[in-house]
Amino acid sequence: MDLETLARSPGPWLDGSGPRSDLVVSTRVRLARNLAGVPFSHRARDEQLVGVLGSVERAAKESPSFEGGGLLRMHELTPIERQFLVERHLVSHELSDGARPRGLYMGSTERLSVMVNEEDHVRLQALCSGFQLAEAWAAAEHADEELERSLDYAFSDELGYLTACPTNVGTGMRASVLIHLPALVLTKQIDKVLKSVMQVGLAVRGLYGEGSEVMGNLFQLSNQTTLGHSEQESVESLDRVTRQILDYEERARDVMLRDARVQIEDKIWRAYGSLRYGRSMSSQEVINLCSAVRLGVALGFAGLPPLAVVNQLLVFTQPAHLQRGAGRALEAPERNVLRAEFVRAHLERAISETGEGGRG
Amino acid sequence: MQCQSCHKNPAQLHFTNVQDNRMTEVHLCRACAEERGLVGVPATPKFSIADLLATMVDKMSTTEEERVGPVQCPSCGMHYSAFKETGRLGCADCYMAFQSKLRPLLRRIHGSTRHVGKHPVHAEATPSPARALSRLYEDLQRAVEREDFESAAEIRDRIKGLEKQQAAAAPGPPEA
Repeated sequence: MDLETLARSPGPWLDGSGPRSDLVVSTRVRLARNLAGVPFSHRARDEQLVGVLGSVERAAKESPSFEGGGLLRMHELTPIERQFLVERHLVSHELSDGARPRGLYMGSTERLSVMVNEEDHVRLQALCSGFQLAEAWAAAEHADEELERSLDYAFSDELGYLTACPTNVGTGMRASVLIHLPALVLTKQIDKVLKSVMQVGLAVRGLYGEGSEVMGNLFQLSNQTTLGHSEQESVESLDRVTRQILDYEERARDVMLRDARVQIEDKIWRAYGSLRYGRSMSSQEVINLCSAVRLGVALGFAGLPPLAVVNQLLVFTQPAHLQRGAGRALEAPERNVLRAEFVRAHLERAISETGEGGRG
Repeated sequence: MQCQSCHKNPAQLHFTNVQDNRMTEVHLCRACAEERGLVGVPATPKFSIADLLATMVDKMSTTEEERVGPVQCPSCGMHYSAFKETGRLGCADCYMAFQSKLRPLLRRIHGSTRHVGKHPVHAEATPSPARALSRLYEDLQRAVEREDFESAAEIRDRIKGLEKQQAAAAPGPPEA
């Protein structure tokens, strides 16, 4: 898959089709691996990293999971293209600096990819729409087994897969879910919930913008430890805790609707109005407005765009996506105008396809 | 909201810190945040697991390091002190070289020092042609590095032979 196709495709994990898409945006499982006999990426020489790129490319070509895919070499991409991949959550900031021999091997879709020569030589990741931990783990594990047919990994019976950072040693697995918790934030219960999550050994991260509010009420929940628990156990424990949080969020939504229905409806429809008719919008503003609309869709308000469209707005309106579309670098004020234009056009297209009720 | 440090400028940046299961929030203006080293190039967040690790390691093992002197990995030459700074090991063998120091650290991070879970399934099995090829490429790399061009030429010929064999043996795509 090339960047052009990627830019045109909405991304299968964004289609809002997965289970619990009303509350869970996406699920991801990442496996960290290193090739035996080669120093970890930050200590390896460029020639060695080139060797790793070659080995991983050959292994992925042999792997049916990656059929129809290919390798993107970071240093051959422009800074906007690299940032585009970061915004797509396919590439980390570390991988995207383009200074060293690094790459992204992507399958025929965004569902499966490998970052090569990030902190670890191999960072395999499987991405699913909605809440699909078991499925994401199965996809990652299957691809891992295929790659391992031709790659020799650094592994010890005692410590498992050996990684550059001891926080990943063992399974090398990080499973995570990106969840939308607007009701817990609005009812100010979020701190309590997050603290209890940390106490059971999970890590939680919010997206912070320039306001004190978490951007878009989006939180990423993941397993913290990789040693002493099998992948299966970690996935199950994350699954259990996530379900509990989703349950809290749903209860908070019920309470909110019961006690403050008009205020909530007002907030949601004003947000939709801004997206529909605004003429200049920052990235953060779009994220926060989309969060409100997303809540409305999940609450079953008639006349709002489908979840897939809301998800697409979140991704497509990021700076590098806009600049790539425009074919040049743009300053923030110019981007804000272009962003608002994009949002209006995208929503209009959705309306012409599905119709707009506006009945609320 | 006002900056909690200078109490003059409006707070523009908001940090959430988690320590010992307690979450604290700090609200700062840009200048104060910069002063504290909390903002830099956005691509490289100042607060990283590596920093956190480094401070943890520091608390735990300075005394031991003082007692036994500097420890170095025989394979990649990395010093234990460098790991303390960066939070990253140099190579797979570092785990063995720094074993006695890493064990308490791993226990603190993970609550365990023993892997449970997946093992490589093909590693010990008969080497596949692809694996053999990948090994040869690595050997080639190493031969070139030590400027042993005679071996390098020989390895390159073996790679060519093996690739030809593979191409002949696999007319269609590999079976899933």
